[in-house]
Amino acid sequence: MRAPTGAPVTREHGLELLREMLRIRCFEDRCYQLYGQMKIRGFLHLYNGEEAVAVGAMRALRPSDAIVSTYREHGHAIARGIAMSKVMAELYGKQTGCSRGRGGSMHLFDASKRFYGGNAIVAGGLPIAVGLALAQKLQRESDISVCFFGDGAVAEGEFHESLNLASLWQLPALFLCENNLYAMGTALERAQSETDIAARARAYRIDAAAVDGMDVFAVEESVRGAAERIRHSGGPALLEMRTYRFRAHSMFDPQLYRDKAEIEAWQKKGPIITLTTRLKALGLMTEDDYQRLEREASAEVESAVQFAESSPWEPVEDLERFVYAERRA
Amino acid sequence: MTYRDAVREGIRDAMRTDPRVFLMGEDVGRYGGSYAVSRGLLEEFGPERIRDAPLSESAFVGAGIGAALGGLRPIVEVMTVNFSLLALDQIMNNAATLSHMSGGQVSVPVVIRLATGAGRQLAAQHSHSLEGWYAHIPGLRIAVPSTIDDARFMLAAALACPDPVLLFEHLYLYNMEGDLTPGLERVDLDHAAIRRGGRDVTLITYGWSLHKCLAAAEDLAKEGVEAEVLDLRTLRPLDDAAIMLSVRRTRRAVIVDEGWRSGSLSAEITTRIVEQAFYDLDAPVARVCTVEAPVPYAKHLEDAALPSPARISSAVRAVVTGSGAH
Repeated sequence: MRAPTGAPVTREHGLELLREMLRIRCFEDRCYQLYGQMKIRGFLHLYNGEEAVAVGAMRALRPSDAIVSTYREHGHAIARGIAMSKVMAELYGKQTGCSRGRGGSMHLFDASKRFYGGNAIVAGGLPIAVGLALAQKLQRESDISVCFFGDGAVAEGEFHESLNLASLWQLPALFLCENNLYAMGTALERAQSETDIAARARAYRIDAAAVDGMDVFAVEESVRGAAERIRHSGGPALLEMRTYRFRAHSMFDPQLYRDKAEIEAWQKKGPIITLTTRLKALGLMTEDDYQRLEREASAEVESAVQFAESSPWEPVEDLERFVYAERRA
Repeated sequence: MTYRDAVREGIRDAMRTDPRVFLMGEDVGRYGGSYAVSRGLLEEFGPERIRDAPLSESAFVGAGIGAALGGLRPIVEVMTVNFSLLALDQIMNNAATLSHMSGGQVSVPVVIRLATGAGRQLAAQHSHSLEGWYAHIPGLRIAVPSTIDDARFMLAAALACPDPVLLFEHLYLYNMEGDLTPGLERVDLDHAAIRRGGRDVTLITYGWSLHKCLAAAEDLAKEGVEAEVLDLRTLRPLDDAAIMLSVRRTRRAVIVDEGWRSGSLSAEITTRIVEQAFYDLDAPVARVCTVEAPVPYAKHLEDAALPSPARISSAVRAVVTGSGAH
């Protein structure tokens, strides 16, 4: 596993990362409640425990880089800068949602942020990211394409086809695997003959490393480094972020496949508690700071809920809009 | 020129006039294309724009979708429709959905060219006609060039379209010879075309079957039956207006489709005629489709499985005489 270089941490940097992770955590906890109240329907995959990956990665990327995500992408969308209100409105299925109520939790889009959607077919986003990277290469851009996916995707053919193509054509793609150890309920070692995901990328001659996905600094630093190498060399890279999902796979998952003790052990090394402990130990943050950040995040989430509640529904007459592109007059 | 030459000219023209256009697929470069469509293009445009892809249909079709999102105008060649099943996730779950699912924020202007159809004794796995399947999917546009003019100009119309377009080229047509219509510079993706006028029955078709219908119409004319032949050109959206206009005039319809009949494009067209022109009909709608079996290898069996001028003529005779109007 690639270790962080231990660059000095500043109060401003530390609090900013903590603030972003708390925003996501607070958003997800509220979604959990809203699902119980039937305000949100469909599939809901919460990101609790994995916040460091989205926050560290997005901070290390440029606004002009392209992002392709998965169905567990609330955290990616929020960390990318999509307004929480638009994300919440999308979960409500409202017209003001970031996909006008057509996508829901698994399909958040914001073209202005170059956020090309959560993709709900495991590994289905990888070829698209490869194509975005191809467009960047052919248009001589210095931007890169970043694709989030889980450990489950590594078993899919599209993972292997995409890595091969990106390496063969030396495309500026960063493959960001969020290895939370379970593909729904199937543990990595029960599904894959080689569980070292970085090693599988190296088989395609792709620069790859495993990173402590619970350490937001390590995530940020590794993504910044990989992104710089990609911009410089043009070729792809893969980072395996070792993380853990604290909540169930989805709202329908009784979690028969893992022990409570395992979850508790991971929660003790969760990304928010780890960062909080570190910042306090370094004397960069007080409990008051933490409370303030949490209050601010909570207020922002409540404001997003109010926005979603008061937003209009997309008119049913418009159901068939955007099936085909609306041509310019 | 051959149909193959016409397709190649269409690609060359697009590559010359729009730097965003590139061609990607299996053996499109050094090999010159499995059906020799892209021969010479690598030499003219170089490997950056004529890209040989590995045998990874899902990755390179998905890459075409991604490149379209990224501002380019990819032409993706899937060697045959049979192999497109390996890219069905990308075509159906991504190309067809992203515009709608993003609330119109993105569009996917990718063109996917596929060879389709049977008739070369290639057996079941290389003889599918799945364009009707793809026509089932909202978000896609399905077009079928069946003439030299369409082979030459349909690609430009597809590239100008902001939506994903699948162009189906029947493998039997690549060697077909013909002349371009003098002065023609463009075609559309919206309208069916009457390829032969007639008053007694409308043959509704596309692809290789168009030419079988034209042959059948010649034979029928000798018997005094004047068949109108309507080339659908686009299977999604279907040009209902052209279909109904013709059927209301001839009062009889025979649909000729190389796809199977169950749950099919021919079933859809039949239904639309029944819904929209039922009281104008003098006879039940008839269909000539591929026999419901995997397409076999042996020539006599394959011939028997596919629509043929003889089967078409026979269906027309039944419809015309059965009505008692002649």
